[in-house]
Amino acid sequence: MVTTQLIDFNVERVRADFPILHQEINGRPLVYFDNAATTQKPNAVIEAITKYYRGYNANIHRGIHTLAERATAEFEASRKAIADFLGASSTEEIIFTSGTTMGINLVAQTYGRAFLKAGDEIIISGLEHHSNIVPWQMLCEEKGLVLKVIPVLDSGELDVAAYENLLSEKTKLVAVNHVSNSLGTINPVKDIIAQAHLVGAVVLIDGAQATSHLDIDVQDLDADFYVFSAHKLYGPTGIGVLYGKKALLDAMPPYMGGGEMIKEVTFEKTTYNDLPYKFEAGTPNIADVVALKAALDYIAALGKDTIAAYENQLLAYATETLSEIDGLRIIGQAREKISVVSFVLDGIHHQDIGIILDQQGIAIRTGHHCTQPLMQRFGLLGTCRASFAMYNTTEEIDKLVAGIKRVQRMMA
Amino acid sequence: MTINETQDEIIEEFGLFDDWADKYEYIIDLGKKLKPLDEQYKNEVNIIKGCQSRVWLHAYLQDDKLVFEADSDAIIVKGLVNILVRTLSNQTPEAIAAADVYALEKVGLQQHLAQTRSNGLAAMLRQMKNYAIAFTSMKSQVQSIKS
Repeated sequence: MVTTQLIDFNVERVRADFPILHQEINGRPLVYFDNAATTQKPNAVIEAITKYYRGYNANIHRGIHTLAERATAEFEASRKAIADFLGASSTEEIIFTSGTTMGINLVAQTYGRAFLKAGDEIIISGLEHHSNIVPWQMLCEEKGLVLKVIPVLDSGELDVAAYENLLSEKTKLVAVNHVSNSLGTINPVKDIIAQAHLVGAVVLIDGAQATSHLDIDVQDLDADFYVFSAHKLYGPTGIGVLYGKKALLDAMPPYMGGGEMIKEVTFEKTTYNDLPYKFEAGTPNIADVVALKAALDYIAALGKDTIAAYENQLLAYATETLSEIDGLRIIGQAREKISVVSFVLDGIHHQDIGIILDQQGIAIRTGHHCTQPLMQRFGLLGTCRASFAMYNTTEEIDKLVAGIKRVQRMMA
Repeated sequence: MTINETQDEIIEEFGLFDDWADKYEYIIDLGKKLKPLDEQYKNEVNIIKGCQSRVWLHAYLQDDKLVFEADSDAIIVKGLVNILVRTLSNQTPEAIAAADVYALEKVGLQQHLAQTRSNGLAAMLRQMKNYAIAFTSMKSQVQSIKS
């Protein structure tokens, strides 16, 4: 089944669409395995940005001239494409942000400040990125809330039983990632959400690592908030999305004040604009919003299931070949994973591995991956992380394996 | 040997390598050969935390020379630490404060100084200079008290 889909997937044709891949780093062909940090951009995305600035750059929503109308139409068409991509019920539920981090902060600073009170509890997980820890800590300090953490099992999976015990009528908000950036674990977010709803808590899902690998349906998940960044989804940096259920967004106060987010302003009182504009003060990142749609179109044309099947093949191949290296230990062996392999080598510092691989043209991520509590959980200062995207190949994984063996020889 | 004489000697040594692997194997070797830092100095005062690796720097005055001893938990950084210690240790605070540290750049290793977030090397160099400046002003204060 999976093999059949692999045959249909022409990785060389996909690679041809990504100009950055065709270069040498330190005299070797680039092997880019830092996709969990950011993915590379296909020509379609790069051209969408250029086309916007060369053809129809204008400020949106207010102008009545032709360029402004065209820019507005493209901008709102992107919002519609994102609503479809996430399975949202309407475009009013799609708020543009600068990225996942801003989405989480927006919810903490509006929903959190308006509706949570001293003694209430927020549950996060031990797998979270700092961006899904710190905004809640700040809110807890400000409001006298209690932060609880779902423990992580040795496999890199969440302790679901412990989560059920943490939930109570005091729980008002649960914030977890769909996929762990450090380990690749896919969390059972549908169950996590259902359990939280039983005690009346709302749930924010950090989808930063999920959107390029998994099918997302916010209504099926019944997520209250879902946030992601475009740049991890083959789109531009500096643009992200906050999905929120309409009833919640309606009830929330605005985040930033300014133009666009208002209905009427007098010195006595300002009334706020309707959704989604209430949360989009100021001129938005129009070019990158438009380019995000180009990324979604590109993914749709290849087929998300096909991409996922191919990436799963890469994961299986990498897991098998890396495991055969003496002294290499994979951190995070969850049953459900995206194409991320985190590992450590006996007696060799992760930074040394990263530097020597870079000399061989191989880009991986080393360090704590902005998840210091998770590293502490495993008694580590950091790991090496190879994260694969649809344009990577098994030949490149062979180069990684050879590169790691070279590191071991050099350090011996 | 002056600071610049040491640096020129380092540059000459690296000139022997035309292959990246030889160069890095030499740095790894320098890391292994760095004089070990006494465990008591690997403390919270002496630590320089990088995003990726950690460096410990201990400094003291011996006669009129400033002596540096250092360590790192990553071997390549440790090799680079060796180069900085060899360059600046056992010189007068005045000479260290005024030194232009060019050896790493000349041998194509400047990226390791620029990546301020990933290792403590750039911070270590700043800290070495800070020690030199502090000891220079301490000495001039002592002299002004004496006179």
